[in-house]
Amino acid sequence: MRSYKSILGKIDWPIILLYLILVFVGWINIYAAVYNEEHHSIFDITQRYGKQLMWIVLALVIAFLILLMDSHFFTSFAIPIYGLVLLALIGVLIFGVETNGARSWFRLGSFKLQPSEFAKFATSLALAKYLSALNINMKDVKTKVMAAVIIGLPAVLILLQNDTGSTLVYAAFIFVLYREGLSGNILLFGILAILVFVLTLIFGPVTIILTAAFAYIVIYGLMKYDVKTAFISVLAFSVLTSAFFHFELNSSTLYYGIAGALFFLVVYLITRKEMRDKAIHYVGIVIFVITCSYIYSIDFAFNKVLKEHQRTRITVLLGEEEKLIEQIQALKLARDREGISKEDKQEIRDDIGVKRFSLRELRQGNGWNIKQSLIAIGSGGFTGKGFLEGTQTKFNFVPEQSTDFIFCTIGEEWGFLGTFFLICVYIALFLRILFLAERQRSIFSRVYGYAVASILFFHFLINIGMTIGLAPVIGIPLPFISYGGSSLWSFTILLFIFIKLDSERLLVLR
Amino acid sequence: MNLSNRKFIVGIIFLVIGLIFSVRLFNVQVLDDKYKEESDDNVLREVIQYPARGLVYDRNGELLVYNEAAYDLMVLPKQVKTLDTLDLCLLLEIEKEVFVEKLIKAKKYSRYKPSTFLKEISSISYANIQEQLYKYPGFFVHTRTLRKYPRNSAAHILGYIGEVNQSVIKKKPYYRSGDYIGKSGLEYSYEELLRGTRGVKRVLVDVHNREKGSYKDGARDTMAVTGTVLRTTLDVVLQEYGELLMQNKKGSIVAIEPKTGEILALVSAPNYDPNMLVGRAVGKNYPALSKDTLKPLFNRALMARYPPGSIFKTVQALVGMQAGVINENSGFPCIKSLVHCHPHPSAQNVSSSIKMSCNPYYYSLFKRLIQQKKDKSIFKDSEIGLGIWSEQIKKFGFGKRLATDLPGINSGYVPDVGFYNRWYGEGRWASSTIYSLSIGQGEMGVIPLQMANLSAIIANQGYYYVPHFIKTIDKVDSIPSQFTKKESVGIDGQYFLPIVDGMYRVVNEAGGTARRAKIVKEIVVCGKTGTAENPHGEDHSVFIAFAPKDNPQIAIAVFVENAGFGGTWAAPIASLMMEQYLTDSISTKNLRKEKRILEANLLNVKPKK
Repeated sequence: MRSYKSILGKIDWPIILLYLILVFVGWINIYAAVYNEEHHSIFDITQRYGKQLMWIVLALVIAFLILLMDSHFFTSFAIPIYGLVLLALIGVLIFGVETNGARSWFRLGSFKLQPSEFAKFATSLALAKYLSALNINMKDVKTKVMAAVIIGLPAVLILLQNDTGSTLVYAAFIFVLYREGLSGNILLFGILAILVFVLTLIFGPVTIILTAAFAYIVIYGLMKYDVKTAFISVLAFSVLTSAFFHFELNSSTLYYGIAGALFFLVVYLITRKEMRDKAIHYVGIVIFVITCSYIYSIDFAFNKVLKEHQRTRITVLLGEEEKLIEQIQALKLARDREGISKEDKQEIRDDIGVKRFSLRELRQGNGWNIKQSLIAIGSGGFTGKGFLEGTQTKFNFVPEQSTDFIFCTIGEEWGFLGTFFLICVYIALFLRILFLAERQRSIFSRVYGYAVASILFFHFLINIGMTIGLAPVIGIPLPFISYGGSSLWSFTILLFIFIKLDSERLLVLR
Repeated sequence: MNLSNRKFIVGIIFLVIGLIFSVRLFNVQVLDDKYKEESDDNVLREVIQYPARGLVYDRNGELLVYNEAAYDLMVLPKQVKTLDTLDLCLLLEIEKEVFVEKLIKAKKYSRYKPSTFLKEISSISYANIQEQLYKYPGFFVHTRTLRKYPRNSAAHILGYIGEVNQSVIKKKPYYRSGDYIGKSGLEYSYEELLRGTRGVKRVLVDVHNREKGSYKDGARDTMAVTGTVLRTTLDVVLQEYGELLMQNKKGSIVAIEPKTGEILALVSAPNYDPNMLVGRAVGKNYPALSKDTLKPLFNRALMARYPPGSIFKTVQALVGMQAGVINENSGFPCIKSLVHCHPHPSAQNVSSSIKMSCNPYYYSLFKRLIQQKKDKSIFKDSEIGLGIWSEQIKKFGFGKRLATDLPGINSGYVPDVGFYNRWYGEGRWASSTIYSLSIGQGEMGVIPLQMANLSAIIANQGYYYVPHFIKTIDKVDSIPSQFTKKESVGIDGQYFLPIVDGMYRVVNEAGGTARRAKIVKEIVVCGKTGTAENPHGEDHSVFIAFAPKDNPQIAIAVFVENAGFGGTWAAPIASLMMEQYLTDSISTKNLRKEKRILEANLLNVKPKK
């Protein structure tokens, strides 16, 4: 057995420091968020801040135990751990209790455990194990499929729990796969797909197809031929489009035609080096059909498939929330004066696309939450209102202020100085993990490191993005800061396994 | 391909997101002030501090209007826990069904905001409820004030308050929905003084609008200023006595202090208890009062226009002497063919004509007044004469709104040239056409306040102050200037002597028409009866008087609808009122008179055939 000293000596202390900063920031801000004058001691375990301290102490114990363990345990037992977690995820579907519409908790007396939190590090271990095996090449289709299965299984099980937020986290693994050799086009394609999705919702499918077609024709004309051809193509395209609008041909067939031509060209651009001229036609047609269906399915899915609350999440994100809130405020005024007329109600229903009309429902809506969240953060100013001086969070204007919206409390009470400091700490943590991951000798450790960074980053991206109106309202915790034992422990385990792996990196034979 | 370079791509993505977030946060937190304002909007609420409304006293410092605490039981549905409904119902003295219904209503309004559960609990049951309320979380008592009228009288003068309506809110931005405002009477006229000034307390509230403490420890709060104390000119003892005398009668009494124009009492009968229009009783009482065929809400003393009848002869005689068409010793024979009259010897002078109230005398006098021979055409001459006449009459305060301090006052009516030209056609009328004016009948219309004012004018021998109700404002003698301006009627003082003498004889001499108006030897009363004919039935009984003769302290007009001859009812009522005011009691000698008046029911006098 190695001495403690040798273990501690090889630990990466900067990362421990960043971890402790975040945990501490979390604890005092939970105290501020749910501050209760009757229980003003921060150690009062009847309150969330007291409990969080307990979770923190336990998390430190867990962290210490992980550091004491042999790192071979994780490489050897990666798959069994993964299997156990999958069983737990299935189990929770059967034996779990439902909270806030999601069946993702085991209840053991007064104690609740969320297996989906632990699925994150289990999946990371399993993926690391798989990708570090010999003869694995990301270019192989089999590798891609296996990686997708390892990531997809827990994701699907969590989706079945009706916990969309935690499911989306698994998208973060795309960074890991990218680092291990997945084509950059897929990453790019993913980003493009999201971009097209959002733009389609904002501007409608027709405009997007036309714009894309225009851009592609210009690019193609320039690349393949010369300025003259490009100009003629653009002219022809413009004439065609104008003609369409002029005669108001109320048929989308023409757009399929235009889009077809356009994607034919795109496909040629992408594949011209690898394909022979003949094949281009067939591949082009296939991609054309897929992309057109994609654009139209966005429209369809949005209006027909998505549930109302999911739709609101997106409309809110697309900047509709201002309108929504103005409506609500107008409504409040109207109600205070002489009530709301039937026509007004109908108009508002039509405007915001909700079936039933109720102020309370609107107030519970995501638009309201985002608005209040922005008010809380925005009102903090440069230096903040001061510790325990925040009014928006203290008086419950912000929802879930100790968990998903904890960033609001930080923003309100510590101002831009506080939020900027926090962002710096996070980015420093992510980059430090990347740096450590890159210095690993074993592929297992590197893959695992990337998984840790990606998962933490994804939570950071969605959680903070949500509170400042840059991401949809998806309820996932801010790592190390949000209140809650399960999430704190799972993030701690996730991170400290990596710290342990890193501390023993020199022992691993290349 | 060197995959190791991909670490830079991933790292750059992390950095870019961090940068985007920082820029966004800098925008939201530092550059954009919108959120700071909205944050204040969210948590700051202005809580209105309602001032107590001003108190109202009578001229002797008797309290007429004050504020009484009213207790409303409030409920905050969110805090209501399972409770012993039956027990609480017993405590509140309501049915269980009513309880459940009220609770559901409160929940529908809001779960987080309190709403009124039971209005205006009596202070006795309040004491009871308060003791036990701790058992019922979510229920609490809210205290507010109601107007109270300890003397139960002078309802028409004091008026009432009620919730302000939307049209007033639009015109006067001071008011907010739910505020109380004076709706009539002095509450209306002196609203801006009585209401005081609202204070504002700024408090912090949470998302459910619950108070969480004061903002900046109350540094920016303003205090409510209590409403101004008003002292009125009323003598509440006299007022109550007048109301008592007028029970079971329709009509008015107006008593004025001649030297100041201060209204001592103003009775309109039938009347009502002002406490009927307070608080939740209003909903029940107001419709009942407004449907009552005797019109108790109608302030007859200010709003009812009557023909003045014979009391108007005093004015005619004064105008005649001033115009020089007669002198105090002019006599006219009592020729009953001109206009009907009662049997009496012909009046040899003005004083006697007043005493005997001779109709033909005034027919002749009026003819001289209207046809002063200033034009050859009798019609043209009448136009000129009537023009001069109506101008002079208006100086007595007739035919115009006396600028008193109660709303809704009627102007009465003095017919002028234009009126008769429209009525009969130009050049088609002369004094003989309009002779009924001479004895205060016909188109003349006056309100009881104007009659009392006439009495005051005669008592003052030529001037009046606009009758009013305000004596001091906030203990300071600074009443509106309109009430301290001496109004002259344009008649020389000397001409009042025969009128006063005639009025003296009306009461004190054998053959006078109002012998019943005598009080006691020491107090000399002057008066003039009137019996106003009207198309609605029996004549109205009218009497004006003042006393004592040499130093008048009170001038009074009494008008009893459909009661017949002025000397029979109006005169004794006036006499009792003056006695009460001047001696603070009714002498034994006059108790029978008082009894007769108190027992009289003149509400359903048979119509004259």
